[in-house]
Amino acid sequence: MTRIWLLLTGVLAIIIFATSLLVVIPNTMIGQVRIPTQLADYTAQQARGREVYVSEGCVYCHSQQVRDPVYTSDKERGWGPRATVPSDYVYDKPHQLGTMRTGPDLINIGVRQPSEQWHHVHLFNPRSLMSWSIMPAFPYLYTVRDSASIKAGEVFYSVPGGKLPAGKVIVPTADGDALVAYLKSLKRTYPVPTGDEPAARSIGGRSEHTMP
Amino acid sequence: MSATFPPSVVALASPITDMENLDIRLRADASSRQVALRAIAFSVVWLLVGSAFGLIASFKLHMPDWLVSNPALTFGRIRSAHLNAMAYGWASSAMLGVSVWIIPRLVHTELRVPKAAEAGLYFWNIGMVLGIAGILAGYSDGLEWLEMPRYWADPFFVIGGGLVGLSLLSTIAVREVDHLYVSVWYIMAAFIWFPIIFVVGNWPTYSGVESAAVNWFYAHNALGLWLTPVCLAAAYYFIPKILGRPIYSYQLSLLGFWTLGFFYSLNGMHHLIGGPLPTWMITTSVVASGLMIIPVMAVGVNQHMTLNKRFGALRYSPTLRFIVFGSVAYTLVSLQGVFMAFREVNRLTHFTHVTVAHAHVGLYSFVTMIMFGSIYYILPRLLGREWVSEKLISWHFWTVGIGQIVYLVPLTVAGMFQGVAMADATSTWEAVVRAMLPGLIGRSIGGMLLTIGHCVFAWHVFLMFRGGKQKQGLRPFHEVAPIVTRRDKASFVAGGVK
Repeated sequence: MTRIWLLLTGVLAIIIFATSLLVVIPNTMIGQVRIPTQLADYTAQQARGREVYVSEGCVYCHSQQVRDPVYTSDKERGWGPRATVPSDYVYDKPHQLGTMRTGPDLINIGVRQPSEQWHHVHLFNPRSLMSWSIMPAFPYLYTVRDSASIKAGEVFYSVPGGKLPAGKVIVPTADGDALVAYLKSLKRTYPVPTGDEPAARSIGGRSEHTMP
Repeated sequence: MSATFPPSVVALASPITDMENLDIRLRADASSRQVALRAIAFSVVWLLVGSAFGLIASFKLHMPDWLVSNPALTFGRIRSAHLNAMAYGWASSAMLGVSVWIIPRLVHTELRVPKAAEAGLYFWNIGMVLGIAGILAGYSDGLEWLEMPRYWADPFFVIGGGLVGLSLLSTIAVREVDHLYVSVWYIMAAFIWFPIIFVVGNWPTYSGVESAAVNWFYAHNALGLWLTPVCLAAAYYFIPKILGRPIYSYQLSLLGFWTLGFFYSLNGMHHLIGGPLPTWMITTSVVASGLMIIPVMAVGVNQHMTLNKRFGALRYSPTLRFIVFGSVAYTLVSLQGVFMAFREVNRLTHFTHVTVAHAHVGLYSFVTMIMFGSIYYILPRLLGREWVSEKLISWHFWTVGIGQIVYLVPLTVAGMFQGVAMADATSTWEAVVRAMLPGLIGRSIGGMLLTIGHCVFAWHVFLMFRGGKQKQGLRPFHEVAPIVTRRDKASFVAGGVK
């Protein structure tokens, strides 16, 4: 090639085409997704918990998506009654769909594991509940206290599995509480909102997502 | 200009090319010297920093109670710090250096506005420091490959990359050759593409699945339209250069370049196969990923055929050894990528450590090895002295070579077992975790070998910069030399030449 302008034009054309196809057009299409009536926006505490989830990088081991049951075992594993759809994520910014499952999917963890106590003990040290777990411990989301120092009305948890000396308990920090509030809010079990069925999203009404 | 060079640089120049071109190369090198040297120095610092992050992250996956009391050291933060330090700190800084060094040589003139390029390099590295600090302090943007804080760190990369690009484009605009060599196309394109995709990827308005689509549009293009083109440019430059023979086919160069841009830019959604996106988007990316076979084969055939029947040169030139390793890895990783984008394969490999291993074949075996090779060639020419020790180069090559095998093979195999276990709904999560563990441990051992190699390399680069005593009589093993084949040798002997 000897012409710089030809090279420049081609290079720009390529990136404009790709950006239009995968960013601009979808942006206008997905922008029309209606907000499901059964899905509430995050409360202030849940939103703070989501920030903790993002800043600790939970997404590098946990996805938040249930894929097509025809094609994966996600549903059979009990991760959700149906594949998730775009409107399930309208309040998620940034998205945390994830690309790795070193740990299980969490989009319905609020349904699978509603116990606050379980979440706190597990976050403080996952091996107190499952000896084989390789999830990091998050002791900095808790303060370790003498059980004698707990005042009436204070929420505390004891940790099984010998992970704390006798007489010690954990009290969640505000971040710890917020993270658990966020995890408990993760529920996408309502029926697929009208207009957001997988078939409606595909071209010509045919979709690999067709539900059985 | 050439008078300012120490005599050793002149002595290093290729013995079999003509003296006129030698003068052009000396002028070109003098113009890019300062920027390229600093870029290489910065890149090596990031290589060490990134290795430390990578090792810590790897060990934490099988020693989960290690270093847990400090939030800055939690797995999720250290892992992102590793990725960003390596992709943007090490690889990209090295690429800035290689680009400002190669372009003036290829267009036969001095680097224009070198001050802009130098400022760009500083901006880039200030952005790196802020970005890594932000991630460790918990201010990640939460998008893979885009973790560095959007407002504190990211503008430095747009300005930095833009300034280096400005200098390169100004140089190309006043070129003193008619024909633009294939490496020029790739570098020029990369420096135009990067600021665009980086701004699009960081745009703050997306949420939900749009945010996911834009995330992977960017992340795949960071590889395909930024790292890949510059590294292919380096391979296209060094392979023919060292062998002293032209590239195999101009037509294949053209085909490979245009199809790379067109297909690679549409690949991103294959990271979301099965996910909650419109099916047509994912299908587009699966098809484009399949079509990647065209640029990959074009580039592969072109580069490998250039080397064909000259394999002996690999023993002779460390640059060539690293570059050809990288070039072959590019072919392999791309074919693997095509394969992994097919739904039936992706069904098993998605969400597993196969993907992590695959990413390292790309970022390490391809990108990093090509950058090592380039630095082995460039540094002696800019510093006017030969590499201090052949042994250190050997140590570097073999530790990282074996390290990659120890890293990649167990992690890929364990990732496959992980995928098979996940696909079987009756296997418990404990079984899934146990399936991946041997691979995670293998990775840590491989990572240690790689880090040893990086320390050897960094030490050697340090010795080069420090200067001081040089051993005399080292063979100029980065240079073009006629490679004697068996038949040639027979005819030499027959002709009485010893």
